[in-house]
Amino acid sequence: MTITQLAGKPVEVNDEGFLVDPTEWTEDMATELADLHGVDTPLTDRHWVVINYMRKEYFENGTGATVRKLGKASGVNTKELFQLFPKGPAKLSAMIAGIPKPKGCI
Amino acid sequence: MKRQRMVILGAGTGGTLAANRLRKRFPTSELEIDIVDQNNQHVYQPGLLFVPFGLADPDDIVRKRDRQLHKGINYHESGIESVSVDANEVRLTNGSTLNYDLLLISTGTKLLPEETEGLDGPGWNKDVFTFYDLPGATALAERLETFRSGHLVINFFDLPIKCPVAPLEFAFLADWYFHDKGVRDDVKITYVTPLDGAFTKPAASATLTHLLEEKGINLVTEFNTGEVDTVGRKLIGYDGTEVEFDLAVVIPLHGGADYVHNSPGLGDELGFIPCDNKTLQSKVRPNIFVLGDAADIPTSKAGSVTHFEGEVLVDNIDAFLHGRDMVERFDGHANCFIETGYSKALLIDFNYETEPLPGHFPGPVGLPLLKESRINHLGKLMFQSFYWHGLLPGRDVPGIGSHMPKSGKHELQTSGKS
Repeated sequence: MTITQLAGKPVEVNDEGFLVDPTEWTEDMATELADLHGVDTPLTDRHWVVINYMRKEYFENGTGATVRKLGKASGVNTKELFQLFPKGPAKLSAMIAGIPKPKGCI
Repeated sequence: MKRQRMVILGAGTGGTLAANRLRKRFPTSELEIDIVDQNNQHVYQPGLLFVPFGLADPDDIVRKRDRQLHKGINYHESGIESVSVDANEVRLTNGSTLNYDLLLISTGTKLLPEETEGLDGPGWNKDVFTFYDLPGATALAERLETFRSGHLVINFFDLPIKCPVAPLEFAFLADWYFHDKGVRDDVKITYVTPLDGAFTKPAASATLTHLLEEKGINLVTEFNTGEVDTVGRKLIGYDGTEVEFDLAVVIPLHGGADYVHNSPGLGDELGFIPCDNKTLQSKVRPNIFVLGDAADIPTSKAGSVTHFEGEVLVDNIDAFLHGRDMVERFDGHANCFIETGYSKALLIDFNYETEPLPGHFPGPVGLPLLKESRINHLGKLMFQSFYWHGLLPGRDVPGIGSHMPKSGKHELQTSGKS
């Protein structure tokens, strides 16, 4: 665990860079997190559709969505998800949304 | 207890073992059990891995579903149209309707090749195969018999898939198979995965990555297949990158059974049923339980998981029917033999909390964990007989309970210098 500065505030993040406490997240942090993790900024409305969906999922179900769920339910299809969050839509959008890495199944 | 009517959907590993255990637990005067499946072919799915290499005969891994059921269980052979969770009613495609007091969903997961662009193209079952069903495994066996040089690519597209170690096992067995045929130098093998390593869990991933290296199998990580060109023979990633192949063995995306999508409120977007991951009671209705691959819980979709869940489930159903609190808790226990070729296998054992660790199973004197050995390979082979004669009939295994054993496992050093 390390403390990092985001939007001028000290925030605790884990080894991979995910926020430890999702309630500390503010919208201002999203752009900085996107820059840090290689997602093009400024964030567009389409990015925000996904980010908001991820936060809603997390607070309702305790985990963010996987790519396949995002593709089916967020309103952004899988192809576009990879354009918006190239290296991994679920992981990156969770990171930017300030929630933990989505639990995949193993 | 007033007589209750139970309907079980799916007569595979979960449905069969649950029906048999419940039949032993309750007399028919207390519990009527009806079970439904769309066909009468029960496939021993771990055997599918061996079919392409000529190590298992398709006929040996299939038996009749109804023959695996104890007396006093009503077997219906029909597809399922839909479930009405409000009316406590299942509609079958043969036109009949089953009402239930208690419903158990054990319809597993199905392959969805149509969800990947191009996969159903002209090269399907010609240069692109899956071994995840019997027709695919059989067709692949024929193709491997003549494949003696070129680039073999193994790729699963995304989780969840059944038995997530099976694609790796396929790669290991392919290495052995081509060695055995004397053409290993002419066959390049590449394992392509959307994960950031060979496997999801760190300790096992390190061991398995090392094994891939040792066997000269290339590893491509974080590749997200968006399209398969079955004629031009390449995997195309969502980011536009490509992996060319001469022969591809792929694992299509998985989803829940079709009827789930026709049943309002029953499943999630992928057709899996949300349920409590410890009691296995659905979040849909209290009188619906879920067993095995059909459940949306964070553990492997695998027969061993279903087996361990089964013991917990039966106790919880017992408690539910008698109006008692459900005290049995499934811990996410999974136990998998990983075939590594040359008559050796590795064993991993883990649960929700504990990742696969080295050591021995089920105690300090036992099968070696996270380490290749011949005894594990024999264990894997012997398991098939136990499956038909012990697991499905609902017999307990002496010394192996539902919960993951901790004794015999070595904790990993997580702090300090190694």
